[in-house]
Amino acid sequence: MNMHIKVTTDDKDRALLAAIQDGLPLCERPFAEIGKVTNMSEEQVIARIEHMRQQGIISRFGLVLQHRPLGYRANAMVVWNVPDQEVDEAAKIITAHDFVTLCYCRARRAPVWQFNLYCMIHGQQRSIVEQQIETIKSAGLAPYPSKTLFSLRRFKQTGARFSTTPENERRLG
Amino acid sequence: MTLLTPIEKTLINGWQNGFPLTSNPYAQIADEMNVSEQTVLDILVSLKQRGILTRVGAVVRPNTIGASSLVAMAIEPDRLEEVADYICSIPQVNHNYERENKLNLWFVVTASSKSEVDEILHKIENHTGLKTIKLPLEKAFHIDLGFNI
Repeated sequence: MNMHIKVTTDDKDRALLAAIQDGLPLCERPFAEIGKVTNMSEEQVIARIEHMRQQGIISRFGLVLQHRPLGYRANAMVVWNVPDQEVDEAAKIITAHDFVTLCYCRARRAPVWQFNLYCMIHGQQRSIVEQQIETIKSAGLAPYPSKTLFSLRRFKQTGARFSTTPENERRLG
Repeated sequence: MTLLTPIEKTLINGWQNGFPLTSNPYAQIADEMNVSEQTVLDILVSLKQRGILTRVGAVVRPNTIGASSLVAMAIEPDRLEEVADYICSIPQVNHNYERENKLNLWFVVTASSKSEVDEILHKIENHTGLKTIKLPLEKAFHIDLGFNI
């Protein structure tokens, strides 16, 4: 999946994302309620969300859950240092495993951080997650230097914030 | 670990993606689950109260609107909580985890532009006297589409 997606959004889309960032109201006509705070009709709200979903700006729309209260406490970020020209192939191996939640390539920061390929695994037991990481390594990632960083404390987790202050709206435009 | 009823599991496994974009979405979900709309709403309220549901809403793909970056910091253990609390207080920070590494604090900054992300990191460095390591996304191979329980 490429991050360089062509997107067309305007201030109204951003206002809409800001209005729903804490969640859709739990009532009979939630999109109508969002329309009231954004000065749009229910139909416009729905059409704009649908459009952003089709464009891939919204990667999914639905229930957003916390892993931890459901018992998913073994949360590992595994990082590899893979030569740039081999990253796509390595990512293909990683994402072929259905226990992988996310897989990203990020910039390296030599000399403190030489890793560029990341994946997240959310599991219920550390020992199982460790086995899953070994499975990925056996499938072809073993030659590359890697590190596993389990999460300890969660200080904060919310969705991305979209500001609605006039100053920010100008900067966004 | 929180126990889920079968009907809660059905709702969770069925609606992390593809939420109905219609006038009465909860009624549509209720129809498909063969329960009443009020039951669906009650379950969602309960999941929220129990800390399982963050929200019903959109997950926005990174870097399609505004700019974001993963950031790592190496913090002495006796300062970790203080620095983590300060970082949580910044509205543009939307994930903040302690991880097992010398780089022990990992968070995501999402702002309206790359320059605003840089301004925030600069502010953090000034406030804490510590370095921030910016690790921006270059390519997403697999994104969060929810998970089965």
